[in-house]
Amino acid sequence: MSNILGDVTQGTYHEEKGFWRTYVFSTDHKVIAKQYLALSLFWAVLGGFAAYLIRWQLAYPETAAPGASWIPEPFMYEGVVPPEFYNVLITMHGTIMVFFVAMPLLLAVFGNYLIPLMIGARDMAFPRLNMLSVWVFTLASLVLLISLFVPGGAASAGWTGYPPLSAKAIYTGVNWGMNLWIVAIALEFAAFLMGGINFLTTTLNMRAPGMTLFRLPLIVWMQITAGVVFMLSVGPLIAGAVMLLLDRVIGTTFYVPEGGGQPLLWQHLFWFFGHPEVYVILLPALGIILEILPVFSRKPIFGYRPIIYSTIVAGILSFIVWAHHQYVSGIDPRLAMPFSITTILISVPFALIVFALIATLWKGSISFPTPMLFALGTLGVFLIGGLTGIFVGSAPVDIYFHDTYFVVAHFHYTLFSAVFFGGFAGLYFWFPKMFGRMMNETLGKIHFVLTFILFNTTFFPMFFLGIGGMMRRIANPMQYEFLQPLQPINVFITGSAILLLISQGIFAINFFWSLFRGRIAGPNPWQANTLEWSTSSPPPHENFHKIPTVYRGPYEYSLPETAEDWLPQNQPELEEVKK
Amino acid sequence: MKDALNMKIESMTLTGTGIPSGKAGVWCFLASEITVFGGLIGSYLVVRLGSGGWPEAAAHLSFSLALFNTLVLLTSSMTMVLAFDAVEKGDSKKLRTFLFLTILLGLVFLGVKAFEYAGKLAHGFTPGTGVFWSFYYGMTGLHALHVLAGVIVNIILFMEALGNALKPNEHRVELAGLYWHFVDIVWIFLFPLLYLT
Ligand code: HEM
Ligand SMILES: [Cu+2]
Repeated sequence: MSNILGDVTQGTYHEEKGFWRTYVFSTDHKVIAKQYLALSLFWAVLGGFAAYLIRWQLAYPETAAPGASWIPEPFMYEGVVPPEFYNVLITMHGTIMVFFVAMPLLLAVFGNYLIPLMIGARDMAFPRLNMLSVWVFTLASLVLLISLFVPGGAASAGWTGYPPLSAKAIYTGVNWGMNLWIVAIALEFAAFLMGGINFLTTTLNMRAPGMTLFRLPLIVWMQITAGVVFMLSVGPLIAGAVMLLLDRVIGTTFYVPEGGGQPLLWQHLFWFFGHPEVYVILLPALGIILEILPVFSRKPIFGYRPIIYSTIVAGILSFIVWAHHQYVSGIDPRLAMPFSITTILISVPFALIVFALIATLWKGSISFPTPMLFALGTLGVFLIGGLTGIFVGSAPVDIYFHDTYFVVAHFHYTLFSAVFFGGFAGLYFWFPKMFGRMMNETLGKIHFVLTFILFNTTFFPMFFLGIGGMMRRIANPMQYEFLQPLQPINVFITGSAILLLISQGIFAINFFWSLFRGRIAGPNPWQANTLEWSTSSPPPHENFHKIPTVYRGPYEYSLPETAEDWLPQNQPELEEVKK
Repeated sequence: MKDALNMKIESMTLTGTGIPSGKAGVWCFLASEITVFGGLIGSYLVVRLGSGGWPEAAAHLSFSLALFNTLVLLTSSMTMVLAFDAVEKGDSKKLRTFLFLTILLGLVFLGVKAFEYAGKLAHGFTPGTGVFWSFYYGMTGLHALHVLAGVIVNIILFMEALGNALKPNEHRVELAGLYWHFVDIVWIFLFPLLYLT
């Protein structure tokens, strides 16, 4: 059959390349994924350190944070966070976590690594564009780093950069820090636009023979839906960012009220992107769970097509919910009702997916290795995030909760679960494929248990802080008399948060130890069906020795007709072998 | 060479949409570009509907210059189509001529734009004069940058056509054409929105 043509290409792809072409200026999607992984883990450490300083300041205002005295003036004063720097910290923490950890980890790492392998392609459709993407992202990273050190201080208008605060340097005294922040974000968008174009074109055009659209693993569907949602929502914000930069640099008045501009315009442009963005982050994480659950419950996924349709519906709905971030921003109150309704509607497709996942587990023969624990953890934690989203999504409740720690708790339950629980699930699951060795199970389980407990002890009490009225983005809660009785909760949260951050060290140890000492994995350690497991671990330069032919969908586990309890996508049925 | 051969053999066995990847990529890119200008134009409409005293500012713009520029861009879209037609027919002499004309018309457009800006600035209408002028400079400026990018792409293609280096990759003329028409269409929206008031 088509294998004959496949044979011709066998083994012709190996060219020896030097160190620089292999590890630095590589066009190989697998290397690019690892480069993104290194960058996102680097940023995760910085974002986590910022979280530590934020939490220290909130629990023990104006005292020296241990381990921070090395940070020079005027950032900090012998370990004490001044109020202006607190604003920088929350701005950088949010910016870093969303744009420099979540996006690269969930989209760029897993998308780049898995899409070509899972669809049976040798690389992306545009390998050089892919390399450009990671280098533009590196440039964005550098610009953001530099922005911390320019005169006038770094950006401090929050990760949402609302004008008028952000529209003129004279309003805050921050000049180049904010300009470079805008440039860094714009470059990051450019990098992910290149990525999105590549993901979509590759999936459309480079599938192996027999890999129809409805035989794609669900994570591929999730990645490309996320890519499309990103590409269609980011444009208005790019326009908005250009306007903001022009306001700051050449004195236009788009957002400056005294020049006839509209500060509220930015909020619309920002959240038109900002809300779809949370699904851009969530969908790949859901994709990771969708791959892991069938493997460790040895059952086909329940409702493959309904999940795809739900995803697409959610993607579309995500474009018409944005103003739920603006109930108290002075928008027309008549808009609050329709946006409350769409917001509650969008939980329907997600609820459907969650039910499909639970039905997948139902009566399966479930085992609990680390990736499965993190996958289930994602689901449990995200559920609380999603349910509290219904609270803040409805205008009457949100008017009370807006800009309190209830919101902070809510979005950490959604974001942390997607980025870290989902991300860890994916890393533990595909580490053997990426590096050829298994990670240590015992360390993995300890890591999970600690992360799960400490995450909840850190963020659940924040709901109470919010109900008690504590506002977000305040440097010192002790200044407000009505918040002083809540201070023990803040101290408790900070203790948990510090332990949570420290316990991530277990992952770091496990990662580096397994890289060199882990058990050799073999091609298919989890006995999974999708194509990436049919090639060696790690896969050779052009992924497959021979392009596989695909015979079936990705989740054929425990079929009654077969001897094994799994049936890889590329394995011909017995009759076909005879032919 | 060997690589190209393998790719060809392999592409026969791949499952795809039938649309060449390059074209699919450019369409994706244009889709996101549409949302960039869509966001800008949407913002303009919202601000404009919500503010009085608008037509006075707009009356300072020169309709005839803009009309001239519109005709220049439309003609350049035509020469771009003719260049693509020449590629299809394998007529490299015509290809060079029409690419050259397209580049020239693009430069004329930019020259007129620069002249227009200079005139406005000389009359004291800077980007900071008011929100209308912010939008005027912001929208036409972003569009002019896109024209400039298109001109640069066309110059690269023209140089390659001169050295006969375009040969296996002639479809790039078509891709550049898609982009050029997009830039043209954006102007068709900007022209009435800004000048016809
Ligand atoms: C150990 C982990 C983390 C801790 C202890 C933590 C803590 C905090 C706290 C206390 C705030 C509120 C600051 C304020 O309003 O004054 C905050 C804000 C925020 N966090 Fe986290 N966070 C963590 C991880 C994450 C992750 C993983 C993400 C997203 C992927 C994230 C995204 C954000 C965002 C977007 C903000 C809003 C920033 C702003 O107000 O501009 N955080 N975080
Ligand atoms: Cu939202």
